[in-house]
Amino acid sequence: MAIAHEFGYERPQSLHAAMTMKNSFRAKAFVYAGGTDLVVNIKEGMVKPELLVDIKDIPDLHKLCLDNGTLYIGASVTFTELIDTDFVRLACPMLHDACKTVASSGVRSRATLIGNVCSAVPSLDSATPLLCYDAVVHCGSIDGVRNIPISQWFLAPRKTAIRDNEIVTGISLIIPKEESTSVYLKLGRYGGEDLAQAGWGIWMNKDRQYRVAHCALAPTPARATKIEAMLCGKELTDKLIEEAVALVPQEISPISDIRSGKEYRMYVSGVMLKRGLKAALDRLNGKEVEPAKLLGGIS
Amino acid sequence: MKEISFTLNNELRSVYVEPNEVLLDVLRDKLGVKSPKCGCERGDCGACTVLLDGKAVRSCLVLAIEVEDHSIVTVEGISADKLSALQEAFIEFNSFQCGYCAPGIILAVTELLLQHPHPTLEQIKESIAGNLCRCTGYTPIFDAIMALTKVEHVPSQDGKQMLPEEEQQ
Repeated sequence: MAIAHEFGYERPQSLHAAMTMKNSFRAKAFVYAGGTDLVVNIKEGMVKPELLVDIKDIPDLHKLCLDNGTLYIGASVTFTELIDTDFVRLACPMLHDACKTVASSGVRSRATLIGNVCSAVPSLDSATPLLCYDAVVHCGSIDGVRNIPISQWFLAPRKTAIRDNEIVTGISLIIPKEESTSVYLKLGRYGGEDLAQAGWGIWMNKDRQYRVAHCALAPTPARATKIEAMLCGKELTDKLIEEAVALVPQEISPISDIRSGKEYRMYVSGVMLKRGLKAALDRLNGKEVEPAKLLGGIS
Repeated sequence: MKEISFTLNNELRSVYVEPNEVLLDVLRDKLGVKSPKCGCERGDCGACTVLLDGKAVRSCLVLAIEVEDHSIVTVEGISADKLSALQEAFIEFNSFQCGYCAPGIILAVTELLLQHPHPTLEQIKESIAGNLCRCTGYTPIFDAIMALTKVEHVPSQDGKQMLPEEEQQ
């Protein structure tokens, strides 16, 4: 299927040139990196850009580094690059887990984390690590830079806090200094390619602090603050896990769709939280954990 | 229309394209390279897989205009002189029936084998999780790759050792 809609294409060599284009075309210019969502959306007539601004030649936007406790991910860094980078896996295991569950390898070699974050679909796997690691989204325009906490980024399904003249230049995750670990559990209908029926991310440290986030279970991905508060400071026993699971209905508002019924999403979330908490504790104690195997089924 | 030049199967090629032309269509209709297949056209099926700078990508989701100065390899490129060892293994193990998925799977696995010459069954499955095949049930595909890469044994879930030779019988 050829694309019927006509548009311009520019490949700026500097961030300033890209921001100038975005500023003059506003919502009619779309930032183009991996294209794995955008090209589908153009083909299907969901968006009709006048200009695509390809950012892949801009070196500043391809930065990936861990510096002084901050993991910085540039706008054109792909999921494959994130998965293959050791310091990402070591600093943020949940992000590594989540990236591995996105689509398939042929998509991940083009798709970017930032593109994923800008799509802001409810089933956003990569949102749970960003929420748990207090990420900051860096938005640039010719007016300057806005740094938006991830907690204020997702406004509604497919709607974010970005302005129409801005480009997301990168995202920063705050890596805790103390010993901590994290895990991401995704349930799909089958291994490979499927979007999440439910996703749960869990972070914990040796001081018995906990952070919990979910996706595909509410209009936007979100932190489970009631569960976090209840767990805080307590040793993770079977009884405590049961108490956390009992709070799940207060944290999520799942819907029924092509992938799952809301009743199943509600039930399986309790199972996932339980196994996720145990898996995170195992990781904290130095055990190897393969999240894809925690939920059974076929890989 | 803009003229772009890029390396296609080790040859420098030039072609005029519009910004809204996708790479798959340009390869098939303007450059006569027919191995990438048009399946779902939305990145789900993997039939259109090509190697872009050595990485397996969906050519249905790549704009032709952006491959200027880059390198594209299709099945025609990896078998210019003779079939690759992987292709020979696919023939030996009867790894495709209708053949529509084969170019995509061969390229996805070609990329895998460059990074992991001796992949595990799980790595093989992960590498082609985005390549749909409706004929084979995948087993003969796994058999061919495992035999080629001389995977001696793969622990099955119940802990027994599963030999590729046994699987074929």
